[in-house]
Amino acid sequence: MLKRVLVSLFMVCGANAMAVAQEPKLGGVINAVIQPEPPGLMLALIQNGPTQMVSGNIFEGLLRYSPKLEPLPGLAESWTVSDDSKTYTFKLKPGVTWHDGKPFTSADVLFSIEMLKQTHARARGNMVQVEKVEAPDDLTVVFTLKQPFGPFLGIFEVGSLPMIPKHLYEGTDFKTNANNNAPIGTGPFMFKEWQKGSFIQLVKNPNYHVKGKPYIDAIYWQVIPDAAARSVAFETGKVDVLPGGSVENFDVPRLSKLKDTCVTGAGWEFFSPLAWMWLNNRTGPTANKKVRQAIMHAVDREFAKEVIWNGLGKVATGPSASTIKFYTDDVPKYPFDPAKAKALLKEAGYKGEKVRLMPLPYGETWQRWGEAVKQNLVDVGFNIETIATDVPGSNQKIGDWDYDISFTYLYQYGDPALGVGRNYVSSQIVKGQQFNNVEGYSNPEIDKLFAEGAVATPDSKRKEIYEKAQKILVEDVPVAWMLELQFPTITRCKIKNLITTAIGVNDGFRDAWIDK
Amino acid sequence: MLSFIAQRVAKGVVVLLAIIVLNFFLIRLAPGDPAIVMAGEAGASDQVFVNQLREKFGLDKPLPEQLFRYVRGIASFDLGFSFRQQMPVSKLILERLPATLLLTLTAFAISLSFGILFGVFAARFAGTWGDTAITALALVFYATPLFWIALMAILLFSVTLDWLPSFGYETVGANYTGIAHVLDVGAHLVMPAATIGLFFMATYTRMTRASMLEVNRLDFVKTARAKGLRNNLIQRRHVLRNALLPVVTLAGVHSGTLIGGAVLTETVFAWPGIGRLMYEALLQRDYNLLLGVFVVCSAMVLIFNLATDLVYRLVDPRIEFST
Repeated sequence: MLKRVLVSLFMVCGANAMAVAQEPKLGGVINAVIQPEPPGLMLALIQNGPTQMVSGNIFEGLLRYSPKLEPLPGLAESWTVSDDSKTYTFKLKPGVTWHDGKPFTSADVLFSIEMLKQTHARARGNMVQVEKVEAPDDLTVVFTLKQPFGPFLGIFEVGSLPMIPKHLYEGTDFKTNANNNAPIGTGPFMFKEWQKGSFIQLVKNPNYHVKGKPYIDAIYWQVIPDAAARSVAFETGKVDVLPGGSVENFDVPRLSKLKDTCVTGAGWEFFSPLAWMWLNNRTGPTANKKVRQAIMHAVDREFAKEVIWNGLGKVATGPSASTIKFYTDDVPKYPFDPAKAKALLKEAGYKGEKVRLMPLPYGETWQRWGEAVKQNLVDVGFNIETIATDVPGSNQKIGDWDYDISFTYLYQYGDPALGVGRNYVSSQIVKGQQFNNVEGYSNPEIDKLFAEGAVATPDSKRKEIYEKAQKILVEDVPVAWMLELQFPTITRCKIKNLITTAIGVNDGFRDAWIDK
Repeated sequence: MLSFIAQRVAKGVVVLLAIIVLNFFLIRLAPGDPAIVMAGEAGASDQVFVNQLREKFGLDKPLPEQLFRYVRGIASFDLGFSFRQQMPVSKLILERLPATLLLTLTAFAISLSFGILFGVFAARFAGTWGDTAITALALVFYATPLFWIALMAILLFSVTLDWLPSFGYETVGANYTGIAHVLDVGAHLVMPAATIGLFFMATYTRMTRASMLEVNRLDFVKTARAKGLRNNLIQRRHVLRNALLPVVTLAGVHSGTLIGGAVLTETVFAWPGIGRLMYEALLQRDYNLLLGVFVVCSAMVLIFNLATDLVYRLVDPRIEFST
């Protein structure tokens, strides 16, 4: 029933959008929820979710991405790739200025890359592939790669490679630069005020380089720490936008039924959050492949999707989400089958040793999921001990490999070379971190496939390599893949065009307008 | 009296130092550190990133050195730098202090005045239906979790009746000034202040009632009655004054802890105060900010305890200061 309501709401909203191509209207203010309060807005220094959400309005990247992950013009208006796939030439958009009126040029791009290599872990990783970056003129930037890198055109969204004003940061201590508190970008909105603990106000950039945009006058990002209070704030009309993940999932159907409320799952195509359970491949029962396969059969993922996530999302088939490149579902299948799970456990010689299960401390939905999985595992004979901890404790335990089974979800960034390989190749087994090969899986063949896949050309070759890797991984079950998550964004229906690209609200509200 | 105060202040400084040292180590016993948390929030990290953060926060230094630096900072009234908020801790606390003081002092005033009033009424009419009603309600408010009262109040007064705003300190974007601003803040204040106030009011009601009944049985009250004094006068001038001593003690203890006690209420109502700051600092392992809030809260407790001792003297002239 809940699913039907949501599906029909999606359809109603979609139908509304298609019915009339309305002319955008100018003016108005959007009140959106931001949670937790970001530690800062300087995107080159801080890359957590809330910072990206607010600062995606202030800063911009060279490219944007369509929901199908095709690159779109951003600060670069066009680009070309050499025949050997090693040289990428970007033509910058002329007439772009920073919020303080200074022109945006190729020198800013070069400076941003150098700065991000020092301060931005993901950018640093991506730039390893780059041999040199040059600026032959003010509006041209040329990247020369050491070798072809398939996903190269996928690393330029605002959160991964934001453009930073050289004239304000060059020669300064980046961490203490005064502009960090009132960031200057090229984006459609400018920073106005931040009352810590209450709200962040952004106002329209009157000199924005896209003519006529943005349409709305201001955005208030309101800080409301309690999930139930955020639901009430929307219900009572005090906020207009609840970005994905702002409220507990079980509140979504109720809020969806409110008058003039629209819900969309769009805007997560680039990140494609995939939830799985880390299974410790080093020690304990989960070091045994048959036990890991038993876990896959024991866990009722359809139930989790339908009941815990209210029908939102999709059961995962393997290490890649179905929305990213080179996904295949031609892999071994693990349907919910407790009898098979029990048989596999018997085959593995499992004698009831204690298995520590650590749910993700991200709120009620995740706690309930942990409880449901525990029940599934106990039903097939596992001896489960639930470990309760908070976020720092969970991060520490995962980074120290101090767990048997532990929930997580990670972004995939559109391409297996960017967001999938890091969790399975043995070079990423590094203690103390939470986003690499935490499970300790090591398979030389997989290492070789991911190394080849990143640099292979053309895409058909990459497809072949990644499909093979997916099959091997699903057979080995280094982790237990659960769901492709969907975090619905809830808005007042009068707000149009809020989400237009693959990174959703993180791409700023430049296209949004209010139908008064 | 001055030497009494001086000695209490000196003892207070020693206690404060002990609290700082104890808390410094206690919060580091919890798993995770600010670098781990911030790396986690970034959604991607490498060892270089985590090391950069640890170096930036001084977490790469040995613990005794970190403690020495912190205490040296405190001695010069420097509470350190918040790792996550990227601001000096003292600035953060000072920014949030007015909101917390407004909330807790309002709650305190409501709870103390109504608590004593209801307590006196219940004692004066002990055994009547009025006494039973007050005692029962006090028990309910004393036993009910604050967050539940807060959520129910939001459901009733914001969602159903639409009388009061459900979150925040003021209406964002309204830019009210003058009396309109005062009324706006007042409307936002009602529910959080009442939520905190109800619990403490219940405590004071029960304490005042019990204390009044106990004092009423003492010999000097019988003497006063034998002298032919009117009952109202006896209750006001003799019984209440004596009965208030334990209430003052309790209020003294509470007043110091009210800042920390507002954590839940400030979180549910998105009230931008110190309680919320502490809650967030705890979740983010923001050591300096957490310690800074502890220092301020501890100092408040010490100051209010001293003030309570001074108030004793006013309430009961028989009490003398001794050093």
